[in-house]
Amino acid sequence: MELIEALLRAFFVGGLICAVGQLLIDYTPLTPARILVSFVVLGVVLGGIGIYQPLLDFAGAGASVPLTGFGALLAKGVRDAMAEQGAIGILTGGLTASAGGITTAITAALLVALLCRSRDKA
Amino acid sequence: MALKRGKQTYLFQHPAAIRSFAAIGSKREGEGPLGEFFDTIDPDSTFGQKSWERAESRLHHDTVELAVKKAGLSYADLDCLLAGDLLNQCIGATFGVRELGIPYLGIYGACSNMAEGLLLSAFLAESGLRYLGVSTASHFCTAERQYRFPLEYGGQRTPTSQWTVTGGGAVVVAGATAQTPDQAGPWIQAAAIGTIEDKGIKDAANMGAAMAPAAAATILGFLSDTGTTPEDYDLILTGDLGQVGSDLLYELAIREGVDLRSRHTDCGLLIYDRDRQDVHAGGSGCGCCASVLCSYILPSLREGRVKRVLFAATGALLSPTSTQQGESIPSIAHAVCLTSRKEDLPWN
Amino acid sequence: MSLTESEYDALTKRYSQNSKPWINVPKAFLIGGGICALGQGLIEGYTRLGLPADLASGACSMTLVVLSALCTGLGIYDQIARHAGAGTLVPITGFANAMVSPALEFKSEGLILGTGAKMFAIAGPVLVYGISASVLYGLIRFLFGQA
Repeated sequence: MELIEALLRAFFVGGLICAVGQLLIDYTPLTPARILVSFVVLGVVLGGIGIYQPLLDFAGAGASVPLTGFGALLAKGVRDAMAEQGAIGILTGGLTASAGGITTAITAALLVALLCRSRDKA
Repeated sequence: MALKRGKQTYLFQHPAAIRSFAAIGSKREGEGPLGEFFDTIDPDSTFGQKSWERAESRLHHDTVELAVKKAGLSYADLDCLLAGDLLNQCIGATFGVRELGIPYLGIYGACSNMAEGLLLSAFLAESGLRYLGVSTASHFCTAERQYRFPLEYGGQRTPTSQWTVTGGGAVVVAGATAQTPDQAGPWIQAAAIGTIEDKGIKDAANMGAAMAPAAAATILGFLSDTGTTPEDYDLILTGDLGQVGSDLLYELAIREGVDLRSRHTDCGLLIYDRDRQDVHAGGSGCGCCASVLCSYILPSLREGRVKRVLFAATGALLSPTSTQQGESIPSIAHAVCLTSRKEDLPWN
Repeated sequence: MSLTESEYDALTKRYSQNSKPWINVPKAFLIGGGICALGQGLIEGYTRLGLPADLASGACSMTLVVLSALCTGLGIYDQIARHAGAGTLVPITGFANAMVSPALEFKSEGLILGTGAKMFAIAGPVLVYGISASVLYGLIRFLFGQA
């Protein structure tokens, strides 16, 4: 039961964040690239001022999987690293916290590029 | 000598004849309403090549080869080949025909290439050249790569966007000195050289809207220069305005007191079934009007099913750089008047 | 043609079909929500395998990135995205797709300047501005003595 509740919370919160993105696509001239950048920066801001953590506690992957979660993770990384290492953490924290996702993406992109080819859409 | 009429129109005293024509398309074009009229439909849009750019060049090569073969000529008979495409520095055309040894003039008018090529070939024929080739092609995959996103990128197309045609068209034109006594048509009777128009549209996903003012300027200019009305033609055919651009063309023409609705259609609307084929506002690309003209319109003219066609192809003169720098989209349209019979002129 | 640019702009708006938010937004909600629910399932699974919470969340992201890369390589991701819009753009899977698709597409320009350089053509800005924003956040914290 607890599992289903957790899945539903993730579904609704994650779905809502995506729906906001779609509203921006349909109603504003913002391009997808600009929307992604806005979401990440917004995540850093919300994570920084402490609003995003309660959402993460409530929705789990519903808040961590959208790109706002990536932004919040960057902010959290900086905060944690500064607590441990002081000022140097300003520069090391963000990438340290997000290293797993970024490295996986780079490696996967390279492997897929080596193994596949772009398919005809015509 | 061509006779100048009005601002931008020229009537040919010794009109060139279109001796042969060829159209090649791929899967989606073959599934469209005009599929059966193409000379060749190759469902494999790589055309056996290892890159999309090479595929487009192959398409170009094969279309020229077929048109020359259908004309019963060899490459050495051609005095000049006029060709162009959408790729950077026109490599689609040049790489495709580089081994043919035909004297070559590269042209760029974006998707207006076919009209620009026909227009220039008629002038060159008037000045004594015998046989000329005109060719243009486009490929969905190369256009996406150059102008938009990688093919596997997950993006959503807007309703005003158009689908780049994977196809090409080529014709062989015979000047007066190469015509036989019983020369068959169609004939290139007149041409209007377009002016660059820009009404400030910046949305690269709404090309029809960007190009409609150019189509209106050239078509209305041609009608006014020749003193004709839309009813003097069986068909006024634009290149790739799509649904949005066609509606805007009617609106712009009505404001000048000309009703185009009864005579106009657009190659971008003919080539695909918009209800069934998920192409949004219609087809686009150099190959759109080139393949529609060479598969369907020119045969209809030759057989006399249509007598007079005003063919005005539009081109959006943007580049990925100008779009990123926030520039508006300048556009151009060139027009040629094609008739089924040599003596049948829409004007006096 | 005496039409001014703003008159023509108004005319263009009249004839240009708008996107259909009443279809697009629910689809983005359902598919985006679905990806997040899948992510939550992964987190629960990794937790049961004994991973602590933050590692489970990281492993979830990495799994989704790999799944997205696979779907991109197999030519499926863009098919889903045509319907999902922001539903496949906003989750981390969209970020992965934005890196994999140019890496794959521009292989024809070589593995160094094609795949290697173009990999960041779309996703690069997310990293640049996300990381820069986090540095700015750290500086602000530092200046206010919270380090």
